[in-house]
Amino acid sequence: MERAAAIVIGAGHAGLAASHFLSARALDHVVLERGEVANSWRRERWDSLRLLTPNWQSRLPGHHYEGPDPDGYMTVPEVTEFIQRFAKVSSAPVLTGANVTRVRRTGDGYHVATSLAEFRCRAVVIASGACNLPAVPQLSDAVPSSVEQLTTFDYREPARLPSGGVLVVGASATGVQLAAELQRSGRPVTLSVGEHVRLPRTYRGRDVLWWMDASGVWDQRHDEVDDLTRARRLPSPQLVGTPERATLDLNALTPMGVNLVGRWAAVRDGQALFSGGLRNAVSLADLKMDRLLDTFDAWAMADGRWSELGPPERFASTRVPESTRLQLDLRSGEIRTVVWATGFRPDYSWLDVPVVDAKGHLQHDGGVVESPGLYALGLPVLRRRKSTFICGIEDDARAVIDHLAGYLAKRQSS
Amino acid sequence: MTTVANGVNVQALLDAREVLKGAPEAAQFTWRAAAKWNHGVHSTIKVQSFFGLGQEQSHKEESVFEADHPEVFAAEDNGITPIEYLIVGLASCLTAGVASVAQNRGIQLRSVEATVEGQHDIRGILGADSDVRNGYNDIKVTFNVDADASRQEIEALVAQSQKRSAVFDALTNPTNVTVEVA
Repeated sequence: MERAAAIVIGAGHAGLAASHFLSARALDHVVLERGEVANSWRRERWDSLRLLTPNWQSRLPGHHYEGPDPDGYMTVPEVTEFIQRFAKVSSAPVLTGANVTRVRRTGDGYHVATSLAEFRCRAVVIASGACNLPAVPQLSDAVPSSVEQLTTFDYREPARLPSGGVLVVGASATGVQLAAELQRSGRPVTLSVGEHVRLPRTYRGRDVLWWMDASGVWDQRHDEVDDLTRARRLPSPQLVGTPERATLDLNALTPMGVNLVGRWAAVRDGQALFSGGLRNAVSLADLKMDRLLDTFDAWAMADGRWSELGPPERFASTRVPESTRLQLDLRSGEIRTVVWATGFRPDYSWLDVPVVDAKGHLQHDGGVVESPGLYALGLPVLRRRKSTFICGIEDDARAVIDHLAGYLAKRQSS
Repeated sequence: MTTVANGVNVQALLDAREVLKGAPEAAQFTWRAAAKWNHGVHSTIKVQSFFGLGQEQSHKEESVFEADHPEVFAAEDNGITPIEYLIVGLASCLTAGVASVAQNRGIQLRSVEATVEGQHDIRGILGADSDVRNGYNDIKVTFNVDADASRQEIEALVAQSQKRSAVFDALTNPTNVTVEVA
């Protein structure tokens, strides 16, 4: 049995940021990593993926991008390298290959069992991420076995799929990116579109995420957000990081030949049935995007930035077919593969502390979990809207480790 | 909170939402209608009781609906056609949604009118062409809203109303339907 003041679970950017602030306070700790540093980036991402945030936004405590292309977007090997380097410069005490199998409460702290060793500690920071498992809807069970099914964890590149039609389910960042590259590979893509977030890649000459950052939208605190539950499950925006800084919304996919259908509602007798409500799904996304652009313009005016930016833009409404397809025969051979781009969910199967709700989400208030000494980092809108982005972790980690340090100090003096 | 008066008790709805988050069993409702055949294609449908919030409930009064088909269908036209009841439901559901969302967003409505047109190829129900479906091919709802709000805000009201509409969902998504002989 080993002892530490704190155990951090996960050596991604969030866990390493926690470690940075723990080290700054000289709190002894160990960062447990099931695989290698930045493991999900190494093993659970597809080949063409790049960060959605431009390089200049790759900022971690004491470590930031210094390369020649601040406006570019890192590839997966570059992100891995970036996080690996952060682990080195911050001398994080990472124990790799230590898969956490159980965390339970003891009298004065926690007992953490891993595949390598067991630990006793007074505080635990859960930084294992929000994307541990692909979230695939139940109706996948009813898809005929003649159709191959892939999740974003299995998907690497178009060439590994059979030739023929692909049904991509989900039109968030992952779905639109995979739909585009599969269609380009000569596989006719049908894209099932539910609620989504539409964004242009650039607005008035600046990256749209520059706007999110500069205008203060990303700084909105979790306790200022109207509907926090909803904000926390907001799908990722329709964005891709490419050297061309191209917008990849539905209007970009349609001319490529991607066929848009509504949300996949059911499978009946081998037929995929899609919602007839696509038009409203795109209206909602168009209206929300316009409201966001209004917010940006209002900020630019109030902040005296108006003249240094390009002229305001408004983008064409999303075009959808006059009447969308409502059914598709999955046994006809038209669709050879279904790619589920329906999001991810966290895995807390190892967490033997009653702090996970019925839907599998960790209950916390700005990263402070109700069980004393238990903390979380790297979850959507953990403390601010920018929480899941690399540049959002510094503020969150500082605040959470502040709280943790206060907790340990109080325990020591009592 | 808001000073607008659209007549929707939004606070009660918001309170219910909070309560039912922790009590999903109370949120289970059963809606009922009872039809009785009269003659020809004319039937009378009565609606009064329903189940919800864990117990039997009742409307203040029983509502009675006549359903028939028009004379061009060689019927007596004692009431509207069943498929018209669907667009009655859609129009009323979306309109209720617009009022509720407006109340919640502090938008004063002066008038809301919705017209619904459902495109129906009756060769389906007549069995004249097996490629034609029985139900609507297309439904179009047009809203005319007069309110203290920009066009963009009104469009957002109408969009949000669809997002939270029971009938919009029931018409745009498949529903499992079981019909049996008692």
